[in-house]
Amino acid sequence: MNIQRLFKRLKPGRGAVISIPYFWLLLFFLVPFFIVLKISFAEQDLAIPPFTSLMNLEEGGLLHLTLNLGNFDFILSDDFYAKTYLSSLQTALFTTLMCLLLGYPIAYAIARTDPARRNVLLMLVMLPFWTSFLLRVYAWMGLLNENGLINSFLLGIGLIDEPLMLFHNDFSLYLVMVYAYLPFMILPLFSHLVKMDGRLLEAASDLGAGPIKAFFTITLPLSKNGIIAGSMMVFIPAVGEFVIPELVGGPDTLMIGKVLWNEFFDNNNWPMAAAVATVMVLLLIVPIAFLHRFETRQLEGKGNE
Amino acid sequence: MVDAAKQSASEKPYLSIANIVKKFGDTTAVDGVTLDIQRKEIFALLGSSGCGKSTLLRMLAGMERPTAGQIILDGQDITKLAPYDRPINMMFQSYALFPHMSVADNIAFGLKQDKMPKGEIDARVAEMLDLVQMRKYANRKPYQLSGGQQQRVALARSLAKRPKLLLLDEPLGALDKKLRQQTQLELVNTLESVGVTCIMVTHDQEEAMTMATRIGIMSEGQLLQVGTPAEIYDYPNCRFTAEFIGDTNLFTGPVVVDEPDRVEIEAEELGGRIWIDHGITGPKGMQVWASIRPEDVRVDRDPVAAGPNAAKGSVAEIAYFGSYSVYHVKLGSGKVLKAMVPVNRWHEANLEPPTWGDQVYVSWRADMPVVLTR
Repeated sequence: MNIQRLFKRLKPGRGAVISIPYFWLLLFFLVPFFIVLKISFAEQDLAIPPFTSLMNLEEGGLLHLTLNLGNFDFILSDDFYAKTYLSSLQTALFTTLMCLLLGYPIAYAIARTDPARRNVLLMLVMLPFWTSFLLRVYAWMGLLNENGLINSFLLGIGLIDEPLMLFHNDFSLYLVMVYAYLPFMILPLFSHLVKMDGRLLEAASDLGAGPIKAFFTITLPLSKNGIIAGSMMVFIPAVGEFVIPELVGGPDTLMIGKVLWNEFFDNNNWPMAAAVATVMVLLLIVPIAFLHRFETRQLEGKGNE
Repeated sequence: MVDAAKQSASEKPYLSIANIVKKFGDTTAVDGVTLDIQRKEIFALLGSSGCGKSTLLRMLAGMERPTAGQIILDGQDITKLAPYDRPINMMFQSYALFPHMSVADNIAFGLKQDKMPKGEIDARVAEMLDLVQMRKYANRKPYQLSGGQQQRVALARSLAKRPKLLLLDEPLGALDKKLRQQTQLELVNTLESVGVTCIMVTHDQEEAMTMATRIGIMSEGQLLQVGTPAEIYDYPNCRFTAEFIGDTNLFTGPVVVDEPDRVEIEAEELGGRIWIDHGITGPKGMQVWASIRPEDVRVDRDPVAAGPNAAKGSVAEIAYFGSYSVYHVKLGSGKVLKAMVPVNRWHEANLEPPTWGDQVYVSWRADMPVVLTR
């Protein structure tokens, strides 16, 4: 009785607390998205801002709504966009996989060290964030380019006769992408792995599973949510990444971020840029929503059989 | 000759732990334990926390490597075998059930590691589920079960591979008291019906007494005494055991008389001599202890004949337990002696029960005290 009354009294307060993040999301995610969506249905115009408005109140009180589907039509008909989207997804997917393969052992090792040293290792993972992202990419440029530190060193000790092509190709693109996004994979993985009960592995071992078998039957399935969280944290921003492909990628690297930049700044075509962005958001949201539904169904389903 | 050889072969212990030592850095967790276990025995290692019983169990399971010593199970030296290669299974404290697997998958886990054909696995899992009466819950996940149900699943999982030796680490420690008492007998029945050799670790003497055929008392890494529950209670071999199992009154003093038919101890705290009706082997004047159980102490209101095994005191405390009361009697030396007195002791003698501050006389028979030399 008392507890119920307490909850009742708390309710308005709790509502206020919960409403803050919702309000934040509404103001800074949903509203801007609808603005972008609105612009994507406009036409390019020589004005400020450089697009036509969708609604015009004409003489005689007639409200005229103009929806220009031309941008979307163009995206669908020109296979340049399809290729770019595909290539962006591919790059992001490969980056995510590399981050997972590298990040999992690192996160596992950190989770397994004694708590005193654990914080130092976590600090090292987060340390690069203390330097600007752009500066770190420039640092890589200084390392990788033809006259960069790596090539100078290798030439200097006479290991190679001519500089290695380390820069402006897929190698440098993936190297810097993985470097930049690795912490976003390690941290969620770590937070899942560190919570895992060590006795479960002892139990698996006791029941006859060797270390490798125990890893695949116990540790890996139990860290599934960490893998999903880390992959999302890497995959989603990697799809739209612009700076890294622009600065260290090869000339034929097709990334949607670059297309967006071109449409927006070079062609001054805001509606086209907005349409490209909208399609990208849809491409990302559909699989995430699908995955989410699958997850919840699995959570609810199993027990009631 | 042949018969004698057979005899000695069958008497060979099923599990033999020889002089096992485990050191963690400078601290010695297990200090030279030697123990033999017979087939189908339910053996309890009893001791307070940090006494080394869990470390000993983990060495049997293979999760700790002994610093020295040898473990032989059914003729096979398993000292250096990895846990996953041992024919031993363990039921973990708080169970360690795999949270992402159903009850049936948890039980099947060990069988799958042995590459058992699927049909056989299904049959064995069904058999185990019936054994612990959990068939209805085969598809549940561990978090959907109560504590008692989880305990049964953990038991089924550890028995599924038909291990040569079953280890139980505080098997009922995670259950509340009422459920624990009920589960004790249920667990013993299951273990006996399966006929598995079993070592359990517990800090709960009642649990050990109820479940085990033999008990080993551990303290500071050493095995102090091994025996049946009755042997350990009636004939403790040291002060630790006497005080750890049940309750007791200890008096110390030098041996002043040591004849074949009696020993006399000059107990300063009693203000007199303790007389015991059998001899001991030891030098005269040696410092010994006498352990007298509270239920062996008689309390009288009227003076008893002065002499050994008796003293005068006043009631300092009375703890009422329904069918009996425990009197804390303060002796002249300041020592408090506990005496367990049945309630009808006073009714039968038509006496008013003594109350706080009353003068009483305590005494015991000469066959009651146990002499302890350490």
